[in-house]
Amino acid sequence: MSSSQGRSINRVTGRPIPLPGNEIDTDQIIPARYMTAVTFDGLGQYAFQDLRFDREGKALEHPMNDPRYQAKGPRVAIVHKNFGCGSSREHAPQALWRWGVHAIVGESFADIFFNNCVSMGIPCVQASEADVHALMTAVQEDPAHDLAVDLESMTADYKGVGYGLQMHDGARHRLRTGTWDATGILVDALDRVRGVADRLPYVSGFRD
Amino acid sequence: MGRSLLDKVWDLHTVRELDSGQTQLFIGLHLIHEVTSPQAFAMLREAGLGVPFPKRTYATVDHIIPTDSHSRPLADGQAEVMMSEIEKNCREFGIEFFGPESGSQGIVHIIGPELGLTQPGMTIACGDSHTSTHGAFGAVAFGIGTSQVRDVLASQCLAMHRPKVRRIEIDGDLGAGVYAKDVILHVIGHLGVDGGVGFAYEYAGTVFEKMSMEERMTVCNMSIEGGARCGYVNPDDTTVEYLRGRRFVPGGAEFDAAADWWRGVASDEDAAYEDVVGIQAHTISPTVTWGINPGQVVGVDAPIPGVGSFAGDDRAVAEDAYRYMGWSEGDRISGTKIDVAFIGSCTNGRISDLREAAQVARRGKVAGHVKALVVPGSADVARQAESEGLHEVFREAGFEWRLPGCSMCLAMNPDKLQGRQVCASSSNRNFKGRQGSPSGRTLLMSPAMVAAAAIEGAVTDVRDVIGKGESA
Repeated sequence: MSSSQGRSINRVTGRPIPLPGNEIDTDQIIPARYMTAVTFDGLGQYAFQDLRFDREGKALEHPMNDPRYQAKGPRVAIVHKNFGCGSSREHAPQALWRWGVHAIVGESFADIFFNNCVSMGIPCVQASEADVHALMTAVQEDPAHDLAVDLESMTADYKGVGYGLQMHDGARHRLRTGTWDATGILVDALDRVRGVADRLPYVSGFRD
Repeated sequence: MGRSLLDKVWDLHTVRELDSGQTQLFIGLHLIHEVTSPQAFAMLREAGLGVPFPKRTYATVDHIIPTDSHSRPLADGQAEVMMSEIEKNCREFGIEFFGPESGSQGIVHIIGPELGLTQPGMTIACGDSHTSTHGAFGAVAFGIGTSQVRDVLASQCLAMHRPKVRRIEIDGDLGAGVYAKDVILHVIGHLGVDGGVGFAYEYAGTVFEKMSMEERMTVCNMSIEGGARCGYVNPDDTTVEYLRGRRFVPGGAEFDAAADWWRGVASDEDAAYEDVVGIQAHTISPTVTWGINPGQVVGVDAPIPGVGSFAGDDRAVAEDAYRYMGWSEGDRISGTKIDVAFIGSCTNGRISDLREAAQVARRGKVAGHVKALVVPGSADVARQAESEGLHEVFREAGFEWRLPGCSMCLAMNPDKLQGRQVCASSSNRNFKGRQGSPSGRTLLMSPAMVAAAAIEGAVTDVRDVIGKGESA
């Protein structure tokens, strides 16, 4: 599990890591060949492998290889549009988490990726196109500061400049109340679940 | 005001509304495979939870299984570990596993329907984005991540937000050589790869009404490539007849009662939709992707759109695609030399796909420089194809006839592109590196178009190939 259950997430602070580009799919975030394993262990080192290294293992130009973005501790990623599209693989947010990404600010996110992140306690918050570009530029010019994402005020703060954020109310509620891991809540209602199952004819049997 | 299928099915499966505004939704059918389930079982054990509805989950192995030999132990040690793990998990929790020895193994989205597990009016989840396939039956089916696989195992439920519904109406007749794959590639090109985020797509109109179940599955399968987590077709006589007699479908009087219930979940005539999009069938050509996402498509008879024709963000993605694919302005997709031809996958690995490809394969031999694979989507598809002699048609034409699995769709098994190879592929994703080589290039198209490209050695309009045969 990525994090302890029941932890309320109101604010994530960490050094920024820009991951520019639209339509960054989960095959890029974690190539499938690193998924031939029965655990998520060790995925962090392979995040964006094919964009970070060539076939001989030589480092390519990529923010994750850039010495300016190698700070220790939690990170806040900055992304553009439709980040995490494609495969439902939770290996993608697991790889980012294990690399150090604890929150993501972006223009938009793919649906399954967004849900996987929330289920792991990783806030994915949206900002306007103009704000994301301004934030990314500010970070690229001077990356050595913390970026704070606040789910209460719904603002991101970088070097004293505030950026308005948006997030689906339900996801925000789950993070702030520590109910982002849904299992416990779902299991609590097992009696009612059995009631619904019994009323479904494909479970209980079709009759004339 | 009437209700859409999505609303009816959602309401039938609602356990309760949660404080988050989500619905606790009962999941009628849960399918699992070897890649996204082992971590979920580990989470269950860690939390000390059981599986209260083991008969509502079914398992198979598809992503990592080699397609040249299924004999154990698998040649790749890691693949063998994954195979053993799902066998162990299924045994321990009482889940039925369709492994190679069962005679029913195959790609999870192919075996669900062919076994009759997939039925109209169900909610269906699987840790795989192409779970949208099952919407072809009028089910509400969506892909989930591993944490949610754990949720379904532990509670048979998911916490979900109800999606909006966009109705996509395509009326008229498709031309000869235009297939379900062309329809969905056209739709994604039209609405964009993120146009469906937050939506379920309802496919309606005469084109979908006339489609077989296999064709509907091809369309629904790629809903996620347009950003829509789920896509569906309303159940009708075609759906009911497909299901009759299948292994997990009730028989006799129960079947008639089931058919009535299935028809009842179809959208009402006066259902309201968030959005309606209309497309005329005659505007759809055999369609091929030219770029690095499934929305970058072009009719085989048209020039590749110039970078200058894209505005804003789409332009940067188009420039990236031009660089990665190696295009120059003014290039055409038709005539593009290929190195590999792949027919298979959860999108196009069904018997009707193989029949369509075989029709083309009968007309020639695979070009000398092309490696061509046909990978049936399941053991059942393989048996059916072999009983019709299709495997001999393919072999005679120079295609390799393989064992069922995901194969070259996603590079988790030995079938992979090498270097900058160009692959004409009937699969669903043309992302950078998707087919196993970080610089490999994928051109998505229908199985018949792949067969035509294999024979010509280059992308070609299947309508010309079919035409040649007829006039000869």
